Amino acid sequence: MRCAVNGGSVYAYTAARRFDARLPTLVFVHGAAQDHSVWALQARYFAYHGRNVLAVDLPGHGRTDGDPLASVEASAQWLLALLEELHLPPVALVGHSLGALVALEAAGHHPQRAAQIALLGPAVPMPVSDVLLDAARANDHLAYELITGWSFSAGHQLGGNPQPGVWMVGNAMRLMERSRPGVLYADLLACHRYAGGLVAAAGVRCPALAILGERDLMAPAKNAPALIAALADCSVLTVAECGHSLMTEAPDAVLDALRDFLPLPPSPQSST
Amino acid sequence: MADAPIHVVPTMTKPKTTRFDTLALHAGARPDPATGARATPIYQSASFVFRDSDHAAALFNMERAGHVYSRLSNPTCAVLEERISALEDGVGAIAVASGQAALHLAIVTLMGAGSHIVASRALYGGSHNLLDFTLPRFGIQTTFVDPRDVDAWRAAIRPSTRLLFGETLGNPGLEVLDIPRVAQLAHEHGLPLLVDSTFTTPYLLRPLQYGADLVYHSATKFLSGHGVVIGGLLVDGGRFDWDEPGKSAGKFPTLTEPYAGFHDMVFVEESTTAAFLLRARREGIRDFGACMAPMTAFQILQGIETLPLRMQRHTENTRKIVAFLAAHALVESVAYPELPQHPDHELAQRLLPQGCGAVLSFSIRGTREHGRRFVESLRIFSHLANVGDAKSLVIHPASTTHFRVSAADLRAAGIGEGTIRLSVGLEDAEDLLEDLSRALYAAGKA
Repeated sequence: MRCAVNGGSVYAYTAARRFDARLPTLVFVHGAAQDHSVWALQARYFAYHGRNVLAVDLPGHGRTDGDPLASVEASAQWLLALLEELHLPPVALVGHSLGALVALEAAGHHPQRAAQIALLGPAVPMPVSDVLLDAARANDHLAYELITGWSFSAGHQLGGNPQPGVWMVGNAMRLMERSRPGVLYADLLACHRYAGGLVAAAGVRCPALAILGERDLMAPAKNAPALIAALADCSVLTVAECGHSLMTEAPDAVLDALRDFLPLPPSPQSST
Repeated sequence: MADAPIHVVPTMTKPKTTRFDTLALHAGARPDPATGARATPIYQSASFVFRDSDHAAALFNMERAGHVYSRLSNPTCAVLEERISALEDGVGAIAVASGQAALHLAIVTLMGAGSHIVASRALYGGSHNLLDFTLPRFGIQTTFVDPRDVDAWRAAIRPSTRLLFGETLGNPGLEVLDIPRVAQLAHEHGLPLLVDSTFTTPYLLRPLQYGADLVYHSATKFLSGHGVVIGGLLVDGGRFDWDEPGKSAGKFPTLTEPYAGFHDMVFVEESTTAAFLLRARREGIRDFGACMAPMTAFQILQGIETLPLRMQRHTENTRKIVAFLAAHALVESVAYPELPQHPDHELAQRLLPQGCGAVLSFSIRGTREHGRRFVESLRIFSHLANVGDAKSLVIHPASTTHFRVSAADLRAAGIGEGTIRLSVGLEDAEDLLEDLSRALYAAGKA
């Protein structure tokens, strides 16, 4: 579906389902230089199990117009404006990496907007190495190669995709290659400079779920405890043998965790 | 150390990449989690058990990843699909029943009646038959062009054109497709380039890295390498924008408009990078059904494990034979792009620096009878209609596949009465040279 936020056209994947105001809504927020398609399996499940699903493309990403936003705070404000535009009651926010920070910031400073938050591959702070920032600033393909190399566990570097016939390393590389020049750098810089994570976490009033990859090199699980401790009500799942690309490497584990965390509403309209 | 950069440790300043020879052995595979088997198991099962009804519905509706029925996907085939994708630098692949099935699947995924293809005229005969005789019955027309003439490619493009198609090495003249130029032309018109890479394999050339958008193989040939299976592989490069305003937008409704056959899925929205692959699996394999058997996938995987070694030996042997034939008094001409006199020599040096493969053609001075005598005098080369076997193969088109064709029509097709096509195998090169020498001597006495 498309809508307008701050004068810009916004795309959100809905699994080709019509919006139903009676149903609770899940909003999925992607990571750096990615788009809604990273959530395809999980979003599709909830769209066919009693939820409205909005897997958004952040500004400057995928099918959404505009330039990428310069900070996590700006992206959170944009996300809240989207919820306002759609007149949504409190929603479940599900974010990955950069998207997790955006969801955290939005829920922390506007707790009335969030019914639940699920943070995949989060880290607070989330500093980015100079070599990666420099490559991204130069729109050097090296940046994509570095991220691809670090985003999958060693085992998954060689494949074994649960999704038949898809080479996940190549697919991840191609998705970043399709991002517009400057997008990756803007996203990484936003992660690097974000300093408000623990303050935002302290402001969260809804239940939270953190899903961590045991082999995550981008946002190592060992860097998550401070964030988890700052969240008042946070459950944690660490996915074994999984890297940063949680939704791709372990789609069923992620879906099962989200499904348990976001139980079906009283009157589900499952229509598979 | 919470404030230390966590995206990288100091020594990790180079990308982690796995190299070709390693991917040929490992990509897509891992020891079997159920048994520990190191080889990829042959999952000889038509269907796969659901955990419960919700799991079943989720698999059917693409909410969970997994296998349902082996026409749609199979664990052994999936390993092969990942492996060829890794080797070709694609985003994914579909294993199908043959190279012809791969070509057909590519075409029917992209277009329907009223569409048009521009194709090289230097194609494998089976591909030519499909395009020239069969698809017109279903409303799809093809214009054939000289693969070396980019202006001819451009002139043939119509508003209804949906695909440009050629082979990395043409048949029988081994024309080298100028993939960068033809791809650029295609993209200027919002069209994808499909390349048959059977003769070269990803070891010698990766067309997706030169601008092609889709690649397919007859895996029957060098990929499996031993002449024991029939199979095809279709790879999606993931770079083509199927919905680019002012270019491709509106040309590919199978990918950009809701598909009633799968819950109104819009494939380009479902997958930013692999919309083509998704439609090909969710419709093409499901409905046309030309799937690969898991045993076939296993055999092709076995072949690919040694692809780098075999292609090196194939190419080394071929170079020796080309040198021998080029200097032989009874040989009128040799078509092999590494030869300076080949029209595509310079292009081959750019696109095929590791070699031009193991298929070549040459012409014996004389008549069809000389060619026939030559072929029948060979002892190691097998006379049959195939290429890409570990064993050396030969065919004389004028006395076999084209025996009803007049000399004039043969010339128009680039085939002389004495044209011989060789597929050079892995035997000791000295034995192959002796075999050729003996047969040429016999032909000279015809």
